[in-house]
Parts: sequence; C-alpha cells; structure tokens
Amino acid sequence: MTQAYPSPDLSVNLGGIQMANPVAVASGTFGYGQEYEKFVDIAAIGALIVKGTTLTARPGNPNPRIVETPAGMLNAIGLENPGVDVFLDEYLPYLHAKNVTVIANIAGNSIEEYAALAARLEGQEGIAGIELNISCPNVKQGGLQFGTDPDTVYQVVKTVKGETGLPVLPKLSPNVTDIVAIARAAEAAGADALSMINTLMGMAISVQERQPVLANVFGGLSGPAIKPVALRMVYQVYQEVGIPILGGGGIMCCEDALEFIMAGATAVSIGTGNFVHPRLALDIVQGISDYMQAHEIEHLQAIKGCAVR
Amino acid sequence: MLEKGKIIRHNQVGTDLYEIELAAGAIVREAQPGQFIHLRVGDAYDPLLRRPLSIYDVDAEKGTMEILYRVVGKGTKLLTQLTAGEELDLMGPLGAGFSIAEGINKVCLIGGGVGIAPLVFLARRLRSKNVELCFLQGTRTRAQIVAEQRLQAWSVDHYIATQDGSCGYHGMVTDLLTDENIMQGVQFIYTCGPEPMMKAVQAWACQHHIQGELSLEEYMACGIGACLGCARKLHSQDEFYVKICKDGPVFGLHEVELYEGRTGS
Repeated sequence: MTQAYPSPDLSVNLGGIQMANPVAVASGTFGYGQEYEKFVDIAAIGALIVKGTTLTARPGNPNPRIVETPAGMLNAIGLENPGVDVFLDEYLPYLHAKNVTVIANIAGNSIEEYAALAARLEGQEGIAGIELNISCPNVKQGGLQFGTDPDTVYQVVKTVKGETGLPVLPKLSPNVTDIVAIARAAEAAGADALSMINTLMGMAISVQERQPVLANVFGGLSGPAIKPVALRMVYQVYQEVGIPILGGGGIMCCEDALEFIMAGATAVSIGTGNFVHPRLALDIVQGISDYMQAHEIEHLQAIKGCAVR
Repeated sequence: MLEKGKIIRHNQVGTDLYEIELAAGAIVREAQPGQFIHLRVGDAYDPLLRRPLSIYDVDAEKGTMEILYRVVGKGTKLLTQLTAGEELDLMGPLGAGFSIAEGINKVCLIGGGVGIAPLVFLARRLRSKNVELCFLQGTRTRAQIVAEQRLQAWSVDHYIATQDGSCGYHGMVTDLLTDENIMQGVQFIYTCGPEPMMKAVQAWACQHHIQGELSLEEYMACGIGACLGCARKLHSQDEFYVKICKDGPVFGLHEVELYEGRTGS
C-alpha cells in the first residue's frame, strides 16, 4: 500500500498575481472564456489571459488567417478585437461574476496607447494583472516593434507601471537576437513578471497556387514545434532575472509543463493545445498534482529551475 | 460537448470518398443539419489540429452518426486507415445549422462533390416533416456519386449531373436549375459545395426571388469562435469579419458575396 501523502499545494504567486494553480491559458487561444464553458470549468483554470485588447475595435487581417504546419500552426489574426470598452462592459463583468482569475492583455500602436489602455483598466474589478503584448508579429504598427528593442521595452513597461497598480507582465517575443537583454530591460523598468514566449515568425507557401498561404504572408508559429525554443529561452532568462516567469510555447501535456517549471518558470501557459484539447489546462493541473504527490513534492518551488546547470 | 466516438463502420464509397459511422449518442441527440463535428485523427502531433467535418446523417434511435469525407490532405488520409472498433475524439455538434422554415412545401437541395454531406442530413430532417424536395447532386464523374440509396428510401427526387457525362445530366449541376420540370414549385433552396457552384445557385435564386441558405468552409483551429482563425467578410466592403465556425457555417444565400475563385477578401 502506498502511504497517503497530503494534497500538494498547487498555488503560485506570479509577481503579485495569486493563482490557485500554475496553469494559465494564453491570450488569443481562449477568447473571453465563454467559448470554452461548454467544455471546461473556466474558473478552475489558474489564470485566463483574455484576447488582446486595443483602445478601439480592430477588424483583424484578411483570410486565410491560419494554416497548419508540421506539429504546429501559423496564425495571422491581426489582433481582431472589439476594443477595450466592449471588453470592460460585456466580457469582464461576466468573468468576474464567475470568479475567473483574469489577466488582461493590451496592445497599443504607441507608448501613449499602452498608457491609455493601462489607465482604462485601472480600478476595474476582476482584473488580476496586465499582460503587455509587445510581441505580436501580425500587425504592421505596434506589437513586435515594441518588443525587439530593449530601450523601447523599458519605456513601454515603465510608462504602463506609472499608470497602474496592477501586476504587469510583458509578453516577450522570441524573434530577437538576445532575449536576455529584453528581459533585463523589462525587469529594470519594474515588470512584475515575464510572459514568454509569443509565436515565432514563419510562413507557408501553397505549391498549387504558387503564393503564400496566409493573406498576411507571415504568421506566428505555435504548437509543439516551438517547444524546445521556448524552453531554452525560459531557461536562459531564468538565470538572468529575478522576477517570476510565465513560461509556455507548445505545451501539450503535463510533462511539457513540468519541463518549463524545471527550466525556471513559476507558472505555465497553454496556447495552441487548447484548440486540440479544450480541457488540456485542467488535465495538466491534475497531472502536475499527481506528479507532486508521487514524488512527495509539497510545493512547486521545490522543483522550479531544478534543471538549470 | 466532448465525446469518444467508436467507429462502427468505415468504408470507401467513391473515388477518394469515405463514409464513417460513429457511435456518439450525446452528440447525436443535439445534432442539427448543417452543424459539424471537430474530430482529432489519432493522437500524434502531426497532424495537430482537429478536422471540422459536416454531419452527413444520423440515426437517433441507434445513437449513431455518419460522416462523409473526401481525402484532401494529411489528416483525412490518416483517417482512412482507422477501422471499426477504434475511437475518435469528437467535439460537437458545433456551429449554426440550417434553419427549417415553417410553411414551406417544396425545397431544392443542390450540392457539389463532398458538399452534399450536410444536405443529406437536412434531407432526412425535411422528409420527416413531409417537405417535398428535389436533390441535385453534381460530381465530376460517376464514381463520386453517393447517397443514392438513402435518398431513394426517403422518396427524394434525386437528380444527378456529372461533368464528364458518365451518369445523369452531362454538365454542371447548376444547369439543372433551368429545368422547370424539376424546379416547379420550389420555395426555398439550400446549397453546399464549391464556391463557383454556389455563386451560380445564388444568381439563379436572386433572379427568381427565392430565399435560401448556403454552407461555407474555411481553415479552422478551435472550431468554437475563440481563435478567430476562420474569418471571412460577408461582403468585400464590410469592415468586420464573421467566423465560419460560430456565426456559420450556414449563412443566408443572399447574405454572402461569393467568388469564382476559392475565396476573396
């Protein structure tokens, strides 16, 4: 008979965001949560990072917007969203009433827009933190241009921190030469945690039509194909910064999530995997719990970064 | 909902065309014609995403449904290898299906290629309501004609057109729309198939002031309106996009700007 071991404590503190478990769902892969309610208890997810919000509504990119690639997919949605007012009026109250841990995700065309968005979210009930999209590869203005230069990252984060008392997590792009320099700049500017990574820029060509598949030509690659890259980046950044990391990129199972935690992530985010298995986030929570019990781990702190050499 | 569907029967019914019968009682109870299921082929990472496939027919008593699919890529090719007894991971029923207007006595269903799939389930439903219907099926060649026996069992007037003339009318299925013997008394029209075909149906219906519905397709990831991948503008001058998975796949016949090529926007 196996000896009974107390239920492990799955809760984590992600730079001031208190999560009941270490598994979040990534922005743009879970809508505003309602879409998934038929399939999963959304309040049980560690944190729900909602679709990226801009100051005013954006229609998004022409279609085709997505295409499957080996062990992954490319997307170029183009930040389609109804604007911050609709998010606050129509979606947030619902999630708040359901007791969902919500992390807002904001994207601006200028530093002023990031500031205005952060100010608009300040004092709103039901937001646990703000993820800064400074890494969207699919919009012409804004997005990625803010996330590839350490000085700009510093300015955006510093400005947003001046507008809000909420925890702020910039979402880092992998499409850079030195992700550690970007992470350091974010930390120096007062970021409470880091979210990493966003998608890797890629493309696909239709041989029949002799042209790019995506109307936007380029798109962001996600899914298990990018996991080794994401893991390496989390591992590198963990050694160089003191703030917690929300790590993700291609997580499809509990073992993948544990790899990120062992590379130094405090919590993990599930993205493309949600499309494949709507219940994946909660299955992974269960899997982590089982692993902890089997290995007599009381808290994830015990294995966070344990693989770092 | 999510359900494991056990394969009861799986067989080839035409060139690159397969029928698969699945035990999926919970989905069958809710399924409406025009809706789709999102299924995972195997559990490997390539192909990674689910495949959206129209519900072809249901047997409410047995709690089974059938899918008609055409082999077009990696996912459907892999699907052909699954055999009876194996299970498929299903999400569904998803999307907005066909509406069934009250007070309509005769309708026309016109499908091209594998696009007839949702129309067969619709034909079953309409016949159960005693609606008279003519079913126009267009294919390239004889070996792609399916559903003949079930349509016959439901006393459906079934007309076939093949592009190579190997069966039925020799030419485009939309040519049959001009045959007054067939179309006499039609009050509503449903269509699914290649976009140029549906465009011809739309033009005919517009000319004859007949309302109808069509079913669209697009690459999909989530299938439930979260990823915003399957976007399309109903009209090229629209500012915003609809999502095929959630707002559709069924739309009003005259609501959508159709294209001669695969898609516009």
